[in-house]
Amino acid sequence: MLEIRNLAKSFGGVKATNDVTLDFPDGSLTAVIGPNGAGKSTFFNLITGALKPDSGQVLLDGVDLAGRSPPEIVRHGIGRAFQVASIFKSLTVQETMLAAVSADQRSSAVLHKRFPLPETRDRAEHVMELLGLAGKRNRTAATLSHGDQKLLDIALALVLEPKVLLLDEPTAGMGPEERWRMIDKVRELWETQKITVVFIEHDMDIVFKIAPKIVVLCYGRILATGTPDEIRNDSAVIEAYLGTEHAGAAA
Amino acid sequence: MTELEAGRADRLAPVRSVAVLQRYRDVLIALVAFAVLASLPLFTGSKALLDFVIRCSAYGLFATSLNLLVGYTGLTSFGHGMFFGLGAYSFGLIMQKLGLPIPVAFVATLAITALIAAVIGAICVRLKEIYFAFVTLAFQMLIHSTILSWASFTGGDQGLRGGIPRPAFLGINLANHVHLYIASCALLVLGLLAMRQIAQSPFGYTLRMIRDNAARASFLGIDVWRVKLTVFVLAALFASMGGMVMALFVSGAYPEFAYWTISGEGIFINMLGGVSTFLGPMVGTVLLLLLNDTVTRFTEYHGIVLGVVILFFALGLRKGLLDFVAEWFSHRHDAGEGR
Repeated sequence: MLEIRNLAKSFGGVKATNDVTLDFPDGSLTAVIGPNGAGKSTFFNLITGALKPDSGQVLLDGVDLAGRSPPEIVRHGIGRAFQVASIFKSLTVQETMLAAVSADQRSSAVLHKRFPLPETRDRAEHVMELLGLAGKRNRTAATLSHGDQKLLDIALALVLEPKVLLLDEPTAGMGPEERWRMIDKVRELWETQKITVVFIEHDMDIVFKIAPKIVVLCYGRILATGTPDEIRNDSAVIEAYLGTEHAGAAA
Repeated sequence: MTELEAGRADRLAPVRSVAVLQRYRDVLIALVAFAVLASLPLFTGSKALLDFVIRCSAYGLFATSLNLLVGYTGLTSFGHGMFFGLGAYSFGLIMQKLGLPIPVAFVATLAITALIAAVIGAICVRLKEIYFAFVTLAFQMLIHSTILSWASFTGGDQGLRGGIPRPAFLGINLANHVHLYIASCALLVLGLLAMRQIAQSPFGYTLRMIRDNAARASFLGIDVWRVKLTVFVLAALFASMGGMVMALFVSGAYPEFAYWTISGEGIFINMLGGVSTFLGPMVGTVLLLLLNDTVTRFTEYHGIVLGVVILFFALGLRKGLLDFVAEWFSHRHDAGEGR
């Protein structure tokens, strides 16, 4: 279980994350929403070690990871994908996967053997199949479509077999149809892999449709948490974020 | 085994053997190259040609090791020449002052290089891009001025004079020109083979990941700093090997070996030959030395000619010669497959 306790981070005078306390039970699927500048990405950066929190705890199965380096946190089982697909542009899909498994198996410093190591194959193959990238295994990452690059980014996180997977806007920059395909994929991964998934999403239709639990951030604080129905009817959320347009549409 | 797994095993098997085959192929190419080079003295009495190959060995080892940093890791070092100079001086000094057997001095020089590279690298690899380039350049100047000012030990601006003793070992007499030639070729081929292995190992792919996206690599659990330091030290070792070949060749060591222009030439060579293929720097080495030798024969303004050639590669082709050839081949290959 991932437990966030009183997490805080300020930039200058701005409290980007302000006393956030949250629980993500094992195997849960949670959407994080909030207006621009609400501190969603900062929240992810604090959990994954990209930023050091000013105070608070990030407990994964009781171990406090707050303030540790990204490699350490990854090794404890928190993987992430990025808002802008973060990939290795000159490697092929297959090389990317194999190299990532090497890193996870701590063989990324091996000098005397040839890449790829036989023991990295099965996991790489499995995740390529899972994300539908197996047919594009020999494509250089830079030549993939935007959607496939996002999938590759997620595949990179997933191939490490994380306990918790953080997805920063998996549907960013996608057209409406592509969005649904991506989010169905995310839901499918969550169901089949039995891991804890937390994702940031802007599209309200998507969030309300697939997330059993929603966290609303606003100015670094938790505005509300709950099921889609609870969030939809939460007056603070309507006022701060959804605005009258959505309320009107719902009515 | 389920049907799915069986199908998967089918697809995986060939890929596995490709990696093994690649290794045999590299060793085979190295053996053939060495056989060709080593038999050269049988066909020609030209001392100039053999000298040319010895210089190519020294510079080739140096330039290829620089490519491990520039091409594979994305670390553009402007001070890599310091390890070339360090190799030449350490080896020369050990031979002159201690008179150890050559193989012992060779290993001792590598150990000294590794130590110094680890200290300098620990400071440099924390820095990014232009800062890394500048600080490596600064260390190069530091080593160069140390050599100049510590005249009682290093001979100052006169260099290590009086010749480096080259006692025979295991029937190899490096004072003999042909022996020296064959030893240089052997070092070149072994060095290249070792660097090729590094480039194609899991570590080599970790380098590529860091070059492409260091932040992402760290989110895969890779300790980027440690990897960069490791490759910095490894590259220094091969540069030092190049320096030792040079010291043996000229039977001395001179401050120019440790001057920043050596690093500059290394970058030149990499631009000429290309950094996207393993042998690019080797091709660049031959090109630069050929240009140097021919142009200086015709004009004293050889700097201008070299500059124009570099501009042609940098602005005209926008890549090195071997990059260009490799791209042309892959285009043809793609066209042939109808993709």
